[in-house]
Amino acid sequence: MPSFNIREGGALPRRDFKADTVQLFLYNAAIWNPHRIHYDLSYTQEHEGHPQLLIDGPLQGDWLTQMVEEWLDGEGELTAFRYSNRQAAYIGEVLIAEGRVTSCDGMVAELSLCLTKQDGITTTVAVANVRFT
Amino acid sequence: MNLLTDELRALIGTELAPFEFEVTRNDIKKYAVATGQRQRRYLEGDEAPLLFLFSAMMPVIPLSELLPDGRQPDSSLIPELPLKRIMAGGSDYQIYRRAYAGDVLVCTQKLTDLYEKQGGSGPLIFMVFENRFETSVGEPVVTEYLTRIAR
Repeated sequence: MPSFNIREGGALPRRDFKADTVQLFLYNAAIWNPHRIHYDLSYTQEHEGHPQLLIDGPLQGDWLTQMVEEWLDGEGELTAFRYSNRQAAYIGEVLIAEGRVTSCDGMVAELSLCLTKQDGITTTVAVANVRFT
Repeated sequence: MNLLTDELRALIGTELAPFEFEVTRNDIKKYAVATGQRQRRYLEGDEAPLLFLFSAMMPVIPLSELLPDGRQPDSSLIPELPLKRIMAGGSDYQIYRRAYAGDVLVCTQKLTDLYEKQGGSGPLIFMVFENRFETSVGEPVVTEYLTRIAR
């Protein structure tokens, strides 16, 4: 069992994420994503109708896995992870990552996670299954 | 509502030829920095974060073949549907083992399901793709079920 206390309903430490243009550029270069909505503001506003550059959905999924792995702190691993993006998230917005333990049975647990804007709108939800080591 | 014809349903099970890619330390390090990663094993490039595998799915094609919005053309696994606007619907990963720098992985992509639903603002067609990542000797690493929605 991990050295930290696991209980149903227990919260994971919150982490705030805020992508700027440099991070968004580097992320899309790293994954080889040339979609203009992540770096071409005038295209994004004039052709796609968004107010700002969009934060990639998979980047938000990655952020939620980071939250889980920081909580595990080397004392467990992800065995399954599912996420879906519900609302657009824009550059400069602070996304608050929160999670809690929804079930715990011996060496395994299920976690419910979300990213929420400061105005309360949830952009991404996820469920992670972990196994403690 | 019956948008999915027998011809479309017959495409379920269609698979692309597998492709191989190497998980390199340098690529992991770049990805880790770009995602704001704080775990040393990723920042040093020893291990690949789960969603690093998404980058393997991005085709590297000439600039002249990119679409006006910058994107690569859609995968040939996406069928010609009567609904044209395609949205992301989420991913579901089963993780069998970690991916490490130096791993050579084989990815196989398959259309595993097509179904329709009535949404709040009209009909929706759901496409489910299986992206299977294995080692070159067939050891499972990660299987992703990726849903895309046409409306």
